[in-house]
Parts: sequence; C-alpha cells; structure tokens
Amino acid sequence: MKNKYITNKFNGLLICALLSLGGISQAQEPVRIAFMDPLSSTFASIGTSGLKQIQFAADYLFNSRGGILGGRMIEIVALDNKQSPTETQLQFRRAVSDGLQIIFQGNSSAVANTLSTTISRFNRRNPGKEVLQINYSAVDPILTEDNCSFWHFRFDAHAVMKLDVLTDFIAMNEDIKSMYIIGQDYSFGHVVADTAIRFLNEKRPDIEIVGSEFHPIGQVKDFTPYVTKIVSSGADAVITGNFGADMVSLARSIIDSGLDIPIYTFYAAYDGITATLGEDGKGRIHLIHNETSNPIPTQERKEFIRAFKAKNPNNDVTQPRLTNALSMVVAAMEKTQSTDPYDIALALEDMRFTTLGGEEIWMRGEDHQIFQSLHISVHTDEGVEFDADNSGFGLRSIYHVPAEETIVETSCQMRRPRR
Amino acid sequence: MLEVFIFATLNGVVTGLLLFMLASGLTLIFSMMGVLNFAHASFYMLGAYFAYSISLTMGFWLGLIFAPLIVGVIGAMVERYGLRRVHKSGHVAELVFTFGAAFLIEESIQFFWGPDTKNYQSPDILDFPLFTLFGQEFSAYRGFMILISMSIFIVLFRVLTRSRIGIIIQAAITHPHTVSNLGHNVPLIFMGVFGVGTALAGLAGVIAGPVLTTFPGMAVVLGSIVFVIVVIGGLGSLAGAFIASLLIGLLQSYAIASNVGMPDLLNLLGVSFARDHPLNDLWTVTLPQIAPILPFLLLVLVLIFRPTGLLGKREE
Repeated sequence: MKNKYITNKFNGLLICALLSLGGISQAQEPVRIAFMDPLSSTFASIGTSGLKQIQFAADYLFNSRGGILGGRMIEIVALDNKQSPTETQLQFRRAVSDGLQIIFQGNSSAVANTLSTTISRFNRRNPGKEVLQINYSAVDPILTEDNCSFWHFRFDAHAVMKLDVLTDFIAMNEDIKSMYIIGQDYSFGHVVADTAIRFLNEKRPDIEIVGSEFHPIGQVKDFTPYVTKIVSSGADAVITGNFGADMVSLARSIIDSGLDIPIYTFYAAYDGITATLGEDGKGRIHLIHNETSNPIPTQERKEFIRAFKAKNPNNDVTQPRLTNALSMVVAAMEKTQSTDPYDIALALEDMRFTTLGGEEIWMRGEDHQIFQSLHISVHTDEGVEFDADNSGFGLRSIYHVPAEETIVETSCQMRRPRR
Repeated sequence: MLEVFIFATLNGVVTGLLLFMLASGLTLIFSMMGVLNFAHASFYMLGAYFAYSISLTMGFWLGLIFAPLIVGVIGAMVERYGLRRVHKSGHVAELVFTFGAAFLIEESIQFFWGPDTKNYQSPDILDFPLFTLFGQEFSAYRGFMILISMSIFIVLFRVLTRSRIGIIIQAAITHPHTVSNLGHNVPLIFMGVFGVGTALAGLAGVIAGPVLTTFPGMAVVLGSIVFVIVVIGGLGSLAGAFIASLLIGLLQSYAIASNVGMPDLLNLLGVSFARDHPLNDLWTVTLPQIAPILPFLLLVLVLIFRPTGLLGKREE
C-alpha cells in the first residue's frame, strides 16, 4: 500500500515535470475507482461477483479499447466493507487517504445511507476533494427522496418503483386472494412491507394481507418456523425483499414444506441461488429487475455476456446496471474531460444513455434517480439462452414496463454545493 | 393454532438436536482442556463443504460417512500440532489460537470453494414428506436429522457413562494429573476428545448443509449460539448441553410462531403511544422479531441466577 502511494506521488511529480516541459506526451496515470462492498463474511458472494463484473466491464468496454480520456486506464480498487456501516466508515477514510474520489457501492441500503451521510459531511468540509457515491443497487427510496444528496447517484429503480410494477403484476392474477410478506428487519425490508401493503390495498382491496413478518438480517439459521406460519396463514403468495443467504434459505424452506405458491422477490437469482432452487423453484420464483433477461434483446449484450462467461466461467452477469453505471460515469468524464466529482456529477444530471441492451435510460437531475424499463422474470429452464450458475435454469422475462411508466414524483429538496 | 404449535415443536426439536451435536463436542473439549474452542462452528462448516464435494461424485451417503471422519482427523491434527504446543503459554494463547483458526478455516473455504452458495442437496431417497398434518408437510429428511442426532446422543451418553474409556475421560476432566499418574496417556485422550468433538461438529454440518444451505457464513450464524448453550447447560455437562439445546431450539421456534408483541402488552395495560413517538420502534416490537436474541437474554438470566449453568458442577 505504502509503495503504491509513493509510486502515485512519484507519478504526480513526473506529470508536473512533463507538463512543465511543455506537455510532450499525455500522462498515463490510471483513473482509479473504488468498489466498496462485502468481499468477506455472510454476504461475500454478492460483493465478489459484483467486483468481477465491474472489473470485467472496465477491461472489456474501455481498457482493451485504449482506455478513457485519451489513453488512461480504469483501475478498480476493491474495498471490503463487510456490509457493516462501521466498517464502511473505516473503508471510506481509507479511500479518501488513497485519493479515491469515486465510490461504487450497492449492497444494503443501511450502508448506502451511512455512506451518503458521511460523504455529504466530508464534501462540505473538504471543498476541492469531494467524493462521489455511485449507488448501483441500494434501493431504499429515502436515498433519492428525503435524504437525497448532490453527491449520490442511484442506478437502480428504488423499492417503491419496483413494487409498483410488481403489485400491478400480482393484481392481474385473479387466483391470488391473500398475501404474506416477510423481510429482513432493516430499512429496506420495512419499505418493502409498508409499500407492498399500501399498493395492494389500492389495486386489489380484496387481497387480504395475512401476515407481515420481519427477521434479523443474516442471523436466521432455519426459516422453517417462519414458513410454518406462512403455511398456516393460508397465503396464496409471498412477497420478500430478502437477498443472499436469507433469500435462498427462505425459498428452500418454503419449497421443502411442500407449499406450492408463487414467491415474488427482488434478488432470488444467481450466485448459487438459482442452482440451489433448481427444478423445485421452476415457475414459482418471480423477480422484479431492470435490464430484461432471456431473451436478451441485442447482439452487443449477448457478446458482452459471452465474453464475461469466457473469462469467469463460474460467475454470471448478475447486475447489468453495474455496467450501465460505469459507462455513464465514463461518458460524463469524456464529456467534461475531467475526473473531478463535481464536473462528473453535473454531467450525469439529466444524462440520457443507450445501454448495451439498446435501451435509452435517463438520470433525473432533480433527485439523481435512474429511470429505465422494469421487467418481471420467472425462474425456469425453458427458453433460457443464458442460464445462471451453469445450472440450465435461469430467468425468462415475462412482463415488461417501459421507463416512462415507472416515473414517480420525488420529495427531494437537494442542497446543491456552490462553486 | 394447534397445527402451529405442533410444527413449532417439531422445528424446535430439529434445531435443538442439531445444536446439541455442536454443543456436545464443545462442552467436552471445554471441560477437558479449559479452552473455549472458537473454531468449533468452523469445523461444522468444514463438514458441510467436504460432504458437498464428496456428494458430487460419490453421493450423499458416502459424504455422511467420510466428511465427519476427515473433519475429525483435521481436528485431531489441529490439537496435536497446534493447541498442544500453544498449551504451554496458557489459556489466553489457546483461546487466541482457536480464534485465529476460525478465521483461517473460513478464509480457506472461501479460497477453495468460493463465496457462492453451494447446491448441496439432500438425497433423493429422503425426498418425500414423512407425514402431512393440517396440510403441512414434514419432510423425511428432517425426520432423518432427528434420528441421527438422537442416536449420537444415546451413543455418546452410553460411552461416557458405561464404558472404560468414558470413565477415564470423565476422570481426566476433573483430575488430569491423577489420571496421568495412573499411567494413562492424557495428551492422547485430549487429542481423541478433540478429534471426536470436531467430527461431531462435522457430522452436524453434513446433515445441516442441505436444509440450512451451505455458504461461507454458516459458521458465523451458528457459532455464538453454541457457546450460549454450553454455558446455559453447565460447562462440561453433556446432559446439560442436551437440555439447553432443546430449550433454545424450542424457545426460538415458539417465539417465531407466536403472534404477540409490545402492542398487545400495551393494549392489555390500556396504554397507547402516538406513531411518531421517539421510541416508536420499541412500542411496536414483536416477539418473532426479537426471537433470535432470546437465547442471549436467557444466557444473561442464567449467569445471574445460576452461574454454573443448569447442570454444571464446577465451582470456581
């Protein structure tokens, strides 16, 4: 670490020297971007798979094509926050002392909230050294509403937007007369429960909410006792925002209990989950997500996935939004010819960008929330060109909602920094 | 209501017995060496991963036999070449050693098997409902889990109380020097107990892997609760560990199955609070929500009122 720091310093001196000599050649110092997510402990699988994806996207889309900003490479610096707010603070300080000014983070809204507060405070006190938060996955609405920040950009639809689509889909199913909601006991889990109940009451007042349960995040050994309650409640379907091990254990317990009802989820695929659910989950597990799954719409995205699989045979492209986020940040850098977070932030506002999937997505300037089409997919082995976990099973998109129909109002009153 | 009660009891028994397989080894090791083995739950995880790898090529049943054996041998080696050397430097060093071993095992598992959830499935032959009650199925595999852990308890109890080896082990727990003076090889007994203890943890991992999912966090989730059981049951008491395991398994299961919480209590008392009250979270907490911390509450109570644990004999 120390050596790296010295080299960087040395590079800096070298640049100065070269520039003062009349800028003979462009300095090739890499553009360094931090990726801060759990790389160890309970939720390690999500973080490490995300890291592989962003590293691949940087290499495949930019570094192998001569870099960005006239030849500079992108270097992804991994920081392990163990998905803990405390550890996040420590890693943030490390990022700052390493001179990292762009931080990608996605897992856990609690962590994203901490990071957003920390960054806002830091940026206020350290003008000229600001840090930018690129949130690619934390979906608690508050991050782009009451707690919105100029320095925070979200590249995933938030929970209320997703639940709006999901409950529309559920409302179309006349067979569902009762619903059970179970989630992790933290901000995101509560948002899912409250919002789902609100939407279902509006759209299908006849659906009875027969249970709403919270369990501690990452602490439950065995979900069977919870599933016992679901069974005895007589629910026709389950909604859950669980992710990682909590998701797969819950789904397994539901399947093992012999309960044959649909499960509506946010994160029940990839990183071993699809393989573990296998045949038992077929046609029952539904996911709400952005970037349509099978069939993949464009040749470009297919090639991207194939190239990724060739390099990482045991992983999948689980989060295309990571690629979108990185591409948009790079587009903002190219547009402003700068790596300064303030310039990037201004350029990102109201940016419209066409993804590998051929879709134009929009970053709203008012609250820094992305808008793109949302899709509901089902866990199956039929018509799945790109499977997950090499299991033959994967996601097939069955319901699509265009971006315009996902736009929601925001309560964001953004404090904009003066420069 | 009755169905919930019956299934909560069954779930509690399954969890309790599983916890017992871990706690039995831990309590024996503790009473013998005076060392809390922090790596104990890691051996449980190791068991699940070995069994997963074996089951890929040779099926579940061979995994059930070989994985605990491999874990036991690794455990014995850890004792022979690690703990025994550290033993000279006192208990703190031993404690730190097992603490480090836990990290080492977890990281090695991530290194060799990766961080993903492993698709470790129960055998097809047990893939049917044992019985259906009120429309709920109780899977044969869970019945099998009960069977295995009950037989372990009976065998262990008989060996410790009825056999010659058991008598020597029990003597070595309380009077290691006398046993050694009588010509018994106490270090060998220690190694054996450590090996068997870790093998039991491995076996627990083998049978728990398919239902509780096999992933690198599985040791952390179970680790702290096992210590709670050992302390509540009384250090060194096998029967105590058995009672405490079932107690905690049932306690958690009933708490989750219940539907009561602070709102009910407040209604009963005729008190109500506004939704924007600063302590709103406290007034709305429910019993299922706090179920996983109940064992720790029990631990505090036991430590206050009966510091030796339920069946513990040792007075410091």
